[in-house]
Amino acid sequence: MKIYGVAFLAACFLLGQLIGELLGLVFQFKGNIGGVGFGMLLLIVCGDAAKRRGWIGGESESGIHFWNAMYIPVVVAMASTQYVGATLSGGWLSLAVGVGGTLACFLLIPWMARLGGKRGSNKPESPEV
Amino acid sequence: MNVFSDLLSRYDLVTAFLFVGLVMWSSSFLARSLFRSRIPGAAIAITMGLLLAGLGEKKGLADFPVLAGLSLLGGSMLRDFSIVSTAMGASMSQIRKSGAAGIASIFVGILTAFGFGAATAWWMGYTDLRSIATIGAGACTFIVGPVTGAALGAPAEMIALSIAIGVIKTVVVTVLTPLIARWIGLDNPHTAMVYGGLIGTTSGVAAGLAATDPKLVPYGALTATFYTGTACLLCPSLLYFLLTIFLS
Repeated sequence: MKIYGVAFLAACFLLGQLIGELLGLVFQFKGNIGGVGFGMLLLIVCGDAAKRRGWIGGESESGIHFWNAMYIPVVVAMASTQYVGATLSGGWLSLAVGVGGTLACFLLIPWMARLGGKRGSNKPESPEV
Repeated sequence: MNVFSDLLSRYDLVTAFLFVGLVMWSSSFLARSLFRSRIPGAAIAITMGLLLAGLGEKKGLADFPVLAGLSLLGGSMLRDFSIVSTAMGASMSQIRKSGAAGIASIFVGILTAFGFGAATAWWMGYTDLRSIATIGAGACTFIVGPVTGAALGAPAEMIALSIAIGVIKTVVVTVLTPLIARWIGLDNPHTAMVYGGLIGTTSGVAAGLAATDPKLVPYGALTATFYTGTACLLCPSLLYFLLTIFLS
């Protein structure tokens, strides 16, 4: 049943958000700290374990894959609901900070990527090559 | 006509499915015919979405009643739900291997964005420390800006400014990532985790990676989702404190 996979995904998502909320409480911060990230970690760890025990797989896993495939359409919908007008309303300062600050972070990527792992040695999903 | 538009706005989520499907279809057509598949269809679809958003106001296209469903389909709930779903099949050993670099890049990314924003604000003549900190926080993400501004009691126009900065960052990240991915070596999970941590804006990272290589989405999204929370903790506290030391 596909819904089993969707329900499993929902459980990981909600549990992850709960951890994020609790972490927010610990740091006395109104909001969620990394709830989505914890949800992802839960799905990786529990999903792997559940698959090995045969609790989910095949049909029910396709419920998760459906949402995976909906990811790009959701992002397109998200892009089309951005407040694009705000990019112009803030004047020069917002343009300078928004563009410049982003470029500064982009420039750091190759440099930071050298930390803790050789670049290019871990291409995705190609263990045979 | 009225009957038709009433129908579309009554079933707004279903209308949004149809609309996004049409956008994706036309952009993959454009990708094949106009760009000969050199630019991925997803990148064109996302850029098209951003351009169309300019037709609306605060909520982009969702400001039109007929397309109001887009704000549910593209809202944070379904966005986060589908981001989590991408983790299925991601490699835990890879995440463990790149985890330290990913966490380090979150802190470096926050410090860089905040520092750049604060320095630019100061250089442009702002002297109020709360305003400077709010602008620096806006350079992190459009959520960190208002959270920091509210925590410090910054003026309302500074908070609006910080949101604008964060939105510009999202747009720049979305458009730029697929264009410069090869140049910054963004073709493997390790770099994707560092990228997510350094850039941090979940919507920008999500869109940028989707347009670059969907296989990298879980790795970049994982670190990016810790960025906003961490920045909301650091900006109004430690970083504001450092700012008062530096500028007084």
